[in-house]
Amino acid sequence: MNTFDFSIVTTWFDNLLNGVMPLWLTTVIECLLIGVGLILVYALLALFYIYYERKLCGAFQCRLGPNRVGPFGLLQSFADMFKILIKELIPINNIDKFLFGLAPYLVIASSFTAFAVLPWGRGLQIIDFNIGVFFLIAVSSIGVLGILLAGWSSNNKFTLIGALRSGAQMVSYELSIGLSVMTIVLLAGTMSVTELVEGQEHLWYIFQGHIPAIIAFLIYIVAGTAETNRGPFDLPEAESELTAGYHTEYSGIHFGYFYLAEYLNLFIVSGVATLLFFGGWMPLHIPGCEGFNNVMDYIPSVVWFVGKAIILSAVIIWFKWTFPRLRIDQLLAFEWKYLLPFNLVNLVLMLIVVAFGWHF
Amino acid sequence: MDLSIFGIQSTTTALVAVLSGLALVFLGLWLAGLIGPRSYAPQKGEAYECGIPTRGKSMVQFKVGYYLFAILFLMFDVEAVFLFPWAVIAKSMGTESILAVAVFLCVLVLGLAYAWRKGALEWK
Repeated sequence: MNTFDFSIVTTWFDNLLNGVMPLWLTTVIECLLIGVGLILVYALLALFYIYYERKLCGAFQCRLGPNRVGPFGLLQSFADMFKILIKELIPINNIDKFLFGLAPYLVIASSFTAFAVLPWGRGLQIIDFNIGVFFLIAVSSIGVLGILLAGWSSNNKFTLIGALRSGAQMVSYELSIGLSVMTIVLLAGTMSVTELVEGQEHLWYIFQGHIPAIIAFLIYIVAGTAETNRGPFDLPEAESELTAGYHTEYSGIHFGYFYLAEYLNLFIVSGVATLLFFGGWMPLHIPGCEGFNNVMDYIPSVVWFVGKAIILSAVIIWFKWTFPRLRIDQLLAFEWKYLLPFNLVNLVLMLIVVAFGWHF
Repeated sequence: MDLSIFGIQSTTTALVAVLSGLALVFLGLWLAGLIGPRSYAPQKGEAYECGIPTRGKSMVQFKVGYYLFAILFLMFDVEAVFLFPWAVIAKSMGTESILAVAVFLCVLVLGLAYAWRKGALEWK
């Protein structure tokens, strides 16, 4: 338990502000701080993820990836960001202007709120409801509305097909995400993010729940890949068929927001997998190995959480370069005829394991 | 109850998160509108469809297959909402909870089997 507790810093800051100004002003300043902090972390992570994916893609295809702008191409995504900012926002004829404008707001707001629920470190919990993971699933599913609106309002056949495919895919695979999250909630007996993380102090849930937890993890990672429209499930924006799917008509930074949300959803999916199966910000502990556990405790909790999430995202990126793209009927059949029944059976299996106390 | 960072209520921080997300989009669009170039050409506003002019309307009624999956999704999503509170207390209920949920899951699986048999899961 040597991991640094961030609530020491926040409580100190809170007391400092309360000493010199009224309570409401303190709350306003802290809310502003949270907002600015979230925006910064969100944007920086997105930039990192763009670089990370391009480098990994390069490695999978035996090439170098970005290596011209800055050392090792590290400034590439910053350059891309500035380039996309100075692009023109092209006005399209015959679109539904209100819905067209609304779509990126919905997509970003939903992924932003889901982003804030993640457990960043000990004492660094931005949104901490007692129904934590349930709230997370609920807000992240609002994003599909933005995608449907974007496709329908663009007045383009490609975007309409892309949006409907994306909608069918995202709502279908959401069931699998919900059920595999439920499997872990069954094991943990709580939905609160903080309590979920604290329950994994000695052993992560994927080890605590052994067989059903591992099956739940496999289902989660497949469904998560589909949920972010990536890898073998990238039908909504199958380049060879639909140009760019639901965001074909968006230009400049308008398009950039869909791109941003897509990369951050990759982080959110791997972050939730980290939270549910790999101990959140809890360090790796081997029971009975005191020396090893003490060394692991010295690594800060933020590093643990972000590190695990980034490694899991590498697995999701790996999927993309391993499997060919599915057809829409195969995609839906895979969810409804395989993943969903397996998931229900797995839920009952976990129930039996928990009821008879066979978990660790 | 539900206190988060700085001891602020979680409902407030959730609102802050939504608002900062909206602010990010708004600021970016405002900045891009400010520094981005503007030019006009009649072809620029055309829908992007491989260079051929669009025929007919694009906002049309669409394949009913997607609608079937949406209905099925609704059924299972409501089921998930019912099951989550049960999942939280199932551990403390022990073997009793197996019986409690068996009937519910049976009905649900029957529903899925019915949809499967009826061919709602086939893509036509």
